[in-house]
Amino acid sequence: MKGTPEFPQCGFSRASIQILGLQGVDPKKFAAFNVLEDNEIREGIKEYSNWPTIPQLYVNKEFIGGCDILVSMHQSGELEDLLEKEKVLVPPEESADANAEKPSS
Amino acid sequence: MASSTPIENTIRQKLTVALSPITLQIYNDSNKHAHHKAMEGVTSKETHFRLVITSAEFTGKPQLARHRMVNALLKEELEREGGIHALQLRTLNPEEEEKLDKKVEEGVVG
Repeated sequence: MKGTPEFPQCGFSRASIQILGLQGVDPKKFAAFNVLEDNEIREGIKEYSNWPTIPQLYVNKEFIGGCDILVSMHQSGELEDLLEKEKVLVPPEESADANAEKPSS
Repeated sequence: MASSTPIENTIRQKLTVALSPITLQIYNDSNKHAHHKAMEGVTSKETHFRLVITSAEFTGKPQLARHRMVNALLKEELEREGGIHALQLRTLNPEEEEKLDKKVEEGVVG
């Protein structure tokens, strides 16, 4: 991506991060690389995937696509299916634990 | 007189020849991004494009494959210094476009 998840430096990168957040991707299973800090990665990743633009999403080493494809898959439900199947979402037990720890009044 | 939109013309020509699209909309969004830091010093007015393409060539192909087809057609413009910096693609096949038009008519999709 361009920039970081906390401070995206491009609208398309920002949109992609937002979608992954909405889908509930587990931060422990997620890594972002800022191509603006490393030109070798910026050029290398485009060569590797034979894809001309950034951001680029890879799930378990497979190239999924850029921002447009993420948006389209998000809207169709395909993205949720993919992320579930690849087991990269926050597991439900963790959310249940979080509920148990809520302080009572 | 030379065209002021050479890249747009090329996009239109290449995609029309290769995809025989029933819909081809080319939006030049460059001025929306011209003030961004990444565009500092860039004089081209043709840096950011948004394309809506409906073609029977997309039938039976997943989104990634469709985008790769378009990227391949515009490879030279994308790789060239001062060429296309960003390319947004919406790729539909004729059935998908029909379904979408129906939804718009019914007021389901804005």
